Amino acid sequence: MDKLVIAGEELDSRLIMGTGGAPSMHVLREALTASGTELTTVAMRRVDPSARGSVLDVLAECGIRVLPNTAGCFTAGEAVLTAKLAREALGTNWVKLEVIADEHTLLPDPIELVEAAEQLVADGFVVLPYTSDDPVLAHRLERIGCAAVMPLGSPIGSGLGIRNPHNIELIVERANVPVILDAGLGTASDAALAMELGCDAVLLATAVTRARHPARMAAAMRHAVEGGRLARLAGRIPMRRYAQASSPFEGLATS
Amino acid sequence: MKVIVNGEPRELPEGASVADAVASVTTAGTGVAAALNDEVVRRSAWSATTLRDDDRLEVLTAVQGG
Repeated sequence: MDKLVIAGEELDSRLIMGTGGAPSMHVLREALTASGTELTTVAMRRVDPSARGSVLDVLAECGIRVLPNTAGCFTAGEAVLTAKLAREALGTNWVKLEVIADEHTLLPDPIELVEAAEQLVADGFVVLPYTSDDPVLAHRLERIGCAAVMPLGSPIGSGLGIRNPHNIELIVERANVPVILDAGLGTASDAALAMELGCDAVLLATAVTRARHPARMAAAMRHAVEGGRLARLAGRIPMRRYAQASSPFEGLATS
Repeated sequence: MKVIVNGEPRELPEGASVADAVASVTTAGTGVAAALNDEVVRRSAWSATTLRDDDRLEVLTAVQGG
């Protein structure tokens, strides 16, 4: 598999995982291992004195690089503060920037997103913004200086797959930074489609962590991402209206 | 004096530092960051940063998410 390069850093796996939704740290560890991921998101929240076990310990044991997110932030100000806290707590200047508009759809607020991205890029962050599947917004985020763009396939946790493949293709065609399909994937074929459309990676959590067998689904996603990437590089055949025989008509026996 | 730590009012002695307030909510040695009135305070400055009445301190760590 060819390497994924984000902000000059090479990754062998094109599957970025989230950690939300796993029923236990044990299940999470099994799923992350099966996924083969090298980069995985965490959220930043107020410390809970009663918390047992840390997701950071799991990631450290698995040798997986941590990618903090700003999930749950509704304004640029909240997201910027959360990113700065994550940088301080985790010692990384990478951030998955997430600024949502409402709790019902969890769709990105484009105005606040752009504002936050500008501030964080200026402050030296490697910004990976979770964005809608709008090619104009994705291009704007790239021009600001984001290290990748991460369009959604469909709303977070919905499992609806890629609702607008055409927009994803438009984003891919125009982008000079990695395009990471983030959110909405439900099963392996969704991940394969993302890669076939030309995405450089996929980021998913719920599809694995809330699957009946998380580790098994994680393995499925790993193979789907690799299969989709290979298919993209191989170049699919054009679709045709009518059949094209794969066996020659010449030399047939006649009666 | 009264300081708001992670949204909860706490009574701390006069002259208490950010380090003291953090220690009141977690014993974790790493993976924790603090913001005083919306400004991040570097860990290296926790002990030297004294709190004032009505200060708001946020103490965060990483949890499962995303």
